[in-house]
Amino acid sequence: MKNKSKFLYLSPVVIYAIVLILFPILYILFLSFQTNDNYGGIIYSLTLNNYIKIFDIVYLRVLFKSASIAFITTVICILISYPFCIFISEKKPNVQKILITLVMVPFLTNSLIRTYGWIVLLRKEGVFNSILQALNICDGPISFMYNNMGVFIGLVYTLLPFMILPVYSSVSKIDKKVLEASEDLGANAYHTFTKVILPQTLPGIFNGSLMVFIPAIGMFFIADLLGGGKIMLVGNLIKNQFLVSRNWPFGAAISIFLIVITFLLVKLYKKTGGNMDDLGGF
Amino acid sequence: MQRHKHLKNLFIFLVFLFLYLPIITLIVFSFNTSPLNILFEGFTLEWYGKLFSNTTLLDALKNTIIVSVVSTAVSTFIGTLAAIGLQKYNFIGKNFINKLLYVPVVIPEIVLGISLLSVYTLLKLNLGLGTLIVSHIAFSIPFVIISVRTVINSTNLQIEEAAHDLGANDFKTLTNVIIPEIMPGIISGATLAFTLSLDDVIISYFTAGPGSNTLPLQIYAMIKTGITPDVNALTTLMILVIMTVLIISSLIQVRKMKKEYVR
Repeated sequence: MKNKSKFLYLSPVVIYAIVLILFPILYILFLSFQTNDNYGGIIYSLTLNNYIKIFDIVYLRVLFKSASIAFITTVICILISYPFCIFISEKKPNVQKILITLVMVPFLTNSLIRTYGWIVLLRKEGVFNSILQALNICDGPISFMYNNMGVFIGLVYTLLPFMILPVYSSVSKIDKKVLEASEDLGANAYHTFTKVILPQTLPGIFNGSLMVFIPAIGMFFIADLLGGGKIMLVGNLIKNQFLVSRNWPFGAAISIFLIVITFLLVKLYKKTGGNMDDLGGF
Repeated sequence: MQRHKHLKNLFIFLVFLFLYLPIITLIVFSFNTSPLNILFEGFTLEWYGKLFSNTTLLDALKNTIIVSVVSTAVSTFIGTLAAIGLQKYNFIGKNFINKLLYVPVVIPEIVLGISLLSVYTLLKLNLGLGTLIVSHIAFSIPFVIISVRTVINSTNLQIEEAAHDLGANDFKTLTNVIIPEIMPGIISGATLAFTLSLDDVIISYFTAGPGSNTLPLQIYAMIKTGITPDVNALTTLMILVIMTVLIISSLIQVRKMKKEYVR
């Protein structure tokens, strides 16, 4: 009886984890050691060539550029979210609740639709340029998109809620009495911040950074639409290997490389005291 | 603390302006007589009428709703059972399964997308609504498990033993005792699964086939070839629905908080 219900509870999740997570990843690991036959097919072999190819200067440049873009995006998100969450946490509890819900609203509408909204605003004949020209502020149109700036705006915009929510949850956990105690004991605002507020909110910042940095590497559609295809992220590289140049083994090798990097980052996150459940519980 | 109040409010306002600007733009342009989305020329409801005769867009909307509803239902069911089961029972390899469940949460979506695509190709499955639904279930289940588990950890499951002692069988204990107790977790897990599915671009991009375009994929294609203003109208309607649901749910919560405060 007991074993029967144990089986009913657990068999779906065990089958799911093996068939839809473990097997696909083992399969691309297998693919990453094969050879591409130039016609989109696979020649069965055992080779490290795909991994060696990642360290080709052309691809290293993409990796480096993509990592820097993801890193800068993460930093911008922290710089916006941190003061934002602190200022919000000074409001009354029900105002806080409403403001945080308002942060969620745009995030619940489709991310492509919102990206399209940015195109309408940013393009050469777009809203911003029309306003600037109507006011005679500048002569020619300014290129807000189809360059790095467009990609940054798109990435920061799409990923900002993933930073705001964990940072807010760590900021709102700070006990106001501790802040008062710190003040009473003679700490100035700077010391209260570095010794009391910052240490308590670091887990939230780490959590948010992980939730921003990792997706930022893979968001090929933002680079496609707002970077005008000129900016290549690792996501675009993988997409092209699978759908355009049809070199699946190489695409699989880059994916395995990304998985390894992700695991290293998660290890670091856990070492700094991060809780795994916080990563998916927004 | 009060000194910089205005500056702080200005900062909060600017962040919200950034978050809402593209959405407000699309809403405004959904009423624009000019189809070019450049300057506002006059008020019209024409695009709302056109929307209901745009079969490509409506088909994509239909596919999106089918995929989201089915994948949410399945992943909520499996995820809830799993969260309870993983809490209650021990088995060999449990630790490994627990670790696997975090994989879809942390790895870049594109990696999950191409690995599922590779497996479908290996198994010679035709890409379509079926593969799309399976893929959405694949990335949703862990989020449901995490939401439900958070609630299980904060509730007292001793009431389960009490129910057993009072003579309830396993099934009755589950439906009458455990499920009502962890309902908030199930609801938030299902909501999360639904919104993730509704919004997904990357995994759908690799696992959808001809004729199974979802709304995000359709819009992606349209942005590249030229978007029509009825997309703005559809966006406005979707935002209206989401806003209404959110306003109602936060009003209920604010009222609850006030009641607790009075107590």
